[in-house]
Amino acid sequence: MKEIFITPFLDHEYMRTALLASILVSLTCAIAGTYVVLRGLAFIGDALSHGLLPGIAVAIIFGVSGILGAAIGAVVMMGGVNLVSSRYKLSSDTAIGLLFVGMLALGVLITSSSSEFSEDLDHILFGESLTVNSVNLIWQILALLIVGLIGFLARRPFLLMSVDDGLAQSSGFNVKFFQNLLMSMIGLTVVASFQTVGTLLVLGMLVAPAATGVLFARRVSSMMLIASIIGCIASYAGLLISFHFELAASASIVLFAVAIFAIGAITTEIKRNRNLRHDELPHQHEHAHAH
Amino acid sequence: MLTKTISANNLSIGFGRHTVVSNIDLGTAPGSLVVLIGTNGSGKSTLLKTLAGMLKPISGQVTVLGGQPGRSPRQVAYLPQHPISSHTLPLRARDVVAMGRFAHLGLLKRESGSDRKILLTALEQTGAIEFAEKPLRDLSSGQQQRTHLAQVLTRQAEVLLLDEPTAGLDINGRKLVADLIASERARGVTVVMATHELQDAESANTVMLLAQRVVSIGAPEVALRDEYLRECFGFTQPH
Repeated sequence: MKEIFITPFLDHEYMRTALLASILVSLTCAIAGTYVVLRGLAFIGDALSHGLLPGIAVAIIFGVSGILGAAIGAVVMMGGVNLVSSRYKLSSDTAIGLLFVGMLALGVLITSSSSEFSEDLDHILFGESLTVNSVNLIWQILALLIVGLIGFLARRPFLLMSVDDGLAQSSGFNVKFFQNLLMSMIGLTVVASFQTVGTLLVLGMLVAPAATGVLFARRVSSMMLIASIIGCIASYAGLLISFHFELAASASIVLFAVAIFAIGAITTEIKRNRNLRHDELPHQHEHAHAH
Repeated sequence: MLTKTISANNLSIGFGRHTVVSNIDLGTAPGSLVVLIGTNGSGKSTLLKTLAGMLKPISGQVTVLGGQPGRSPRQVAYLPQHPISSHTLPLRARDVVAMGRFAHLGLLKRESGSDRKILLTALEQTGAIEFAEKPLRDLSSGQQQRTHLAQVLTRQAEVLLLDEPTAGLDINGRKLVADLIASERARGVTVVMATHELQDAESANTVMLLAQRVVSIGAPEVALRDEYLRECFGFTQPH
């Protein structure tokens, strides 16, 4: 038993580093993901993660940090969405869709210009949690602290905005400012996480644990806690699956998180049906007695 | 003390450059009730959002409690129309009601004993105390509306802007809203309420009939004359 569940982490430093990196990603994604799910921002989260691609590709060409390139990509993406939706009176969905495909196509164009990119492209899209280094870890710790601080300080306006923007504004909070702050928080989460889970899979860590939290939580703080725990469990289990079956680590983590959501959804559905049947039973008895 | 809690002169309201209603003149005293009646898209919600400071006036002058709309979030409470997104939120009814105190607490201030007392009073006043611990998403639409009304009461505001507060409520719920409005007015609160129901206007000081313009304004017996109702809705009240 120990050989299956613990030894891989005791014997291999890269597994310990990968676990630490994945847990940091899980915690950061749990905070940002809670508001992504509550505000219905999964599409912008997806678009943001793809928007990083050209930034990272250009950074690789010029030999600078991929994280810097990713950050610039995220800023261009968010600025573009704001500009297109406000200047041209398009819905934000259309603006996000336009920027999403535009940035993705630009990223693919840049990376396809050289065969040297083929391996890098895989790492960018799907992450490589087993090759995370100490610099990546420092970035992730920093991102977790910033995202945690924003999540704590802005919890009241974020909560009001999750119910109704008008409610937040009439309570004295500047909705535009806090919406931009929320977008920056999501951007920072995506930038800090892409090294570990990749730009394609980061959305899974943003959405799956938080969506599972919605199923069971009665309070937003519990939802965040459940999302954090599920993210950490998925990180541990995903890395073990990847180790024993020689599968891609990031994909295993994300798939495990999605599987937990599926089990949670089925469980709540069964529970709901059982409660409904339980509620109907007394009525059936009453009818039987009447006859 | 302010003689007029809300004052509008030749006010035009709308979205961006698109005017929805123009030439609005309105003056309210503390403790008064203004009822806005009209069909969907007539401008009721747009006027409430303008008074709440969520939409900028297109032209004309408007003041709420002597200042620009939106400048006194602690003194002006707004109840949005059908906050549907809240149905999926993992929040208990009491958490939703407690959100009404956020305008007073800002970002950092901690909830005090007095905040908790205000919360409890609002829950009791609206009857929401019965389901305070239940998740909002498990409540009926009427119970959700009571929850949102309790949230408005926790603001302890001087002006209440209510967008269809009786929507989804049964007869008891409607009576509850009428009683709440009456008790708020008794403590000097000005209430502006949008509604589709003509009977909501019975106790109003001022009724404004809207149809993308001000069809009529005045006391209920003046503003709801048959010719105005016919102009606005195409029918009149049964006598």
